[in-house]
Amino acid sequence: MSLKILDKDAVAPLVEALMADYRVVGPQAKGTKFVFDPLTDVADLRLDYDTTILPPKKVFQPQRERLATFAMGENPEVETVIEVEPTVLLGMHTCDLHALNLLDKAFTEDYPDAHYLSRRDQTLIVSLECLEPCDDESFCRSMGTLTAEDGSDLHLTDMGEVYAVDIGTEAGEQLLVKYGDARDAADDHASQKDELQASKLKHFADRLNFDADELPSLLGDAYDHEHWDELEERCFACGSCTNVCPTCYCFNVVDEVNLALTEGERIRHWDSCQLDEFARVAGGENFREGRGARQRHRFMRKGKYLYERFGALGCVGCGRCIRTCPASISILKGFNTIHASLR
Amino acid sequence: MAISIYRPEMARLASVEQVTDTEKLFHIELPDGQELGHDPGQFVMLSILGVGEAPISITSSPSRCNGDFKLCVRKVGNVTGALHRMKAGEKVGIRGPFGHGFPIDDMRGKDVLFAGGGLGLVPLRSLINQVLDEREDFGRVIVLAGAKRRSELLFRDELDEWVNRDDVECLLSVDCEDEGDEWQPERRLECNIGVITTLFPHIDVDATNTIAVTCGPPIMYRFVLMEILDKGIPESNIYLSLERRMKCGVGKCGHCQINSVYCCQDGPVFNYADIKGFEEAL
Repeated sequence: MSLKILDKDAVAPLVEALMADYRVVGPQAKGTKFVFDPLTDVADLRLDYDTTILPPKKVFQPQRERLATFAMGENPEVETVIEVEPTVLLGMHTCDLHALNLLDKAFTEDYPDAHYLSRRDQTLIVSLECLEPCDDESFCRSMGTLTAEDGSDLHLTDMGEVYAVDIGTEAGEQLLVKYGDARDAADDHASQKDELQASKLKHFADRLNFDADELPSLLGDAYDHEHWDELEERCFACGSCTNVCPTCYCFNVVDEVNLALTEGERIRHWDSCQLDEFARVAGGENFREGRGARQRHRFMRKGKYLYERFGALGCVGCGRCIRTCPASISILKGFNTIHASLR
Repeated sequence: MAISIYRPEMARLASVEQVTDTEKLFHIELPDGQELGHDPGQFVMLSILGVGEAPISITSSPSRCNGDFKLCVRKVGNVTGALHRMKAGEKVGIRGPFGHGFPIDDMRGKDVLFAGGGLGLVPLRSLINQVLDEREDFGRVIVLAGAKRRSELLFRDELDEWVNRDDVECLLSVDCEDEGDEWQPERRLECNIGVITTLFPHIDVDATNTIAVTCGPPIMYRFVLMEILDKGIPESNIYLSLERRMKCGVGKCGHCQINSVYCCQDGPVFNYADIKGFEEAL
C-alpha cells in the first residue's frame, strides 16, 4: 500500500477533527504509567508512551458490557444489546496488533460473536511502530511481534519531524484524506523508513532462549514439569496476569436485576482461569483446583492450546503479566526454565 | 441488529414433575412449535432471567420429541434452585442445542453397554430411548444403573420397563438401602446392594462388538472404566459424557476447557481414547 507523510504539527488538528465524529481512544498518562482511554483533550494524547497497564482489548471486549436487557415476571422477554460506538483507536503497538488478530479469530470462528465483531467493525486502528523497547520485561522480538504485516488501517512510524503513514486499508486512506493533512511520500522517505525498520532491531534483545516456534512442542512435553509446583507455591491467584493479557478473552456472564425485581441486564465481564471458582461446577467439584495447575493452564494456553486452535501463539511478548504480578512470576523466565531443563 | 449467539429463546414449561426429593423433570416447549433438533447427548443453556444461565443435558431422545423436550435437573445451584421453584406455564430461556452428542450411527449393528451413576443416567437416557426406538438396528442392549439409595433412582417407571423387557438387560444397584423408603412399595425394583461396579461380574459381553457408554460423578468414572476395560472393550469403543462449568456453550468463555479441548464444543461426549491422557478430564 502507499506511503504518506504527516507532519507532527498536523497530528493534533487531525485528532481534534476525528474527535468531532468519533470516540477517539488513545494512550494517556495515568500516574507514572499509561492507559488507553477516550480522549477529551488532544493534549492528553501520548504517542510517546512505553506500554499501557491494560491492553487495548478493552475497546473490543470491555471489562463489563451488557449482552441483553430483560423483563422478568409472567411474560419474560429478552432484548439483545450490542454496545458499539464508532471509534478510532490511536497508537496501538504491534504486539497488541498481533494480539488483536488472535482475538478476531477467537470471536469469529465457529460461532461469530456479534457483540465483539460489531465493535471491531466500527473501530478504525491507527497503529504505531516501536523503535525502542518499552522496558526490560517485554520480549516482542522473540515472539515475532516487533513488526506487524496487517491488522491496522493506518500505521505510523516516527521519523523525527514527521510520521510516515502506511496505508493499510481503504477505510484508513479515506480517514486520512477526510480528516488529515498528509502528503505523498518522496522516495527518500520510503528509504529512510526502511532504514529505521532495519536498524531498530539491534535495540531489542532476543530474550527467549529458543525459537518461539518450539513452544507448542516444548509445552507438550512439560505437563508434569516441576515448574508448576514452584508456581503452586508462589501464585496468589489474584488474576492480574490474565486481566492485563492482550490475548486473554475468557469471560463470565451474570444477571443483574433492579430492586423491584421487574427487569434486569445480562452482563458479561472479564473472568480469569486463575481464580479458584473458574472451573468449579455447582456440585462442588473443581477441575483445576491447585494454583500450579491454573498457572500451567495459562502457560499452556499462551504457548500451545491457542496455537493449536488458531494457528497463532497466545503470547505476544508484551510483558504486561510480568510487570503486574505481585509474586514476580515471569512467563518468559518460565518458558526459559522449562526449555533449559527439557532440551 | 446483528443476531447474538447469547440471546435465549423464551420457552414454556409445559409440565413439571417431581422425580425424586432433589430432581424434577421439566417438559419444555419452544415458541411456535419449533423443534429443538438435538442429537442424543447434547445440552442446552438454560436461563432463568434475573438469576442466570447454566448448561443442562437433554434427557429426552430425539425420537420422542415433537416440538418439545425434557430436562431432568437436580436442585444444586442458583439457576437450578430457581428452576425448581417454577411451575408449569412459566417461561425459561433456552439456547442450543450445543456440543457433540453420542455417535449413534457408529453404534448401529453393535451391542451397547450403558453404565449410568446417579444423575449420569440423565444424558444416557436420551440415547437409550433412541436405541430402543430403533431397536432392530442394534445388538444387545445392556443398561447398568446405580444410585446412592433406592429413593434416588431416577426414571423408575422406565427402569421397571427396561428390567422387564426381553430385549434389554437392565441391572440396578444402590449403594445402600435407605430406611423407610416408602416410594411405591408395590413397584419396588429389584436392586443389587453395592456400588455400580458390583454389577459388572453379572454381565458377559462380546468385547470386540460392544460400545460402552458411561456417565456419572467424577469418582465413578475411574472404577467403571476399569471394569469396562477389564471386559476387554477397546478404549476407542468407550464414550463418556462430562460435566463442566459453562458460561457460553459456544467455545468462547473458557470455563469448560479440559486441557486443549472444550467440553461445550468438542464434548460433552468424548471418546475415551481421545481424552485418556488429559489429567483435567476426571
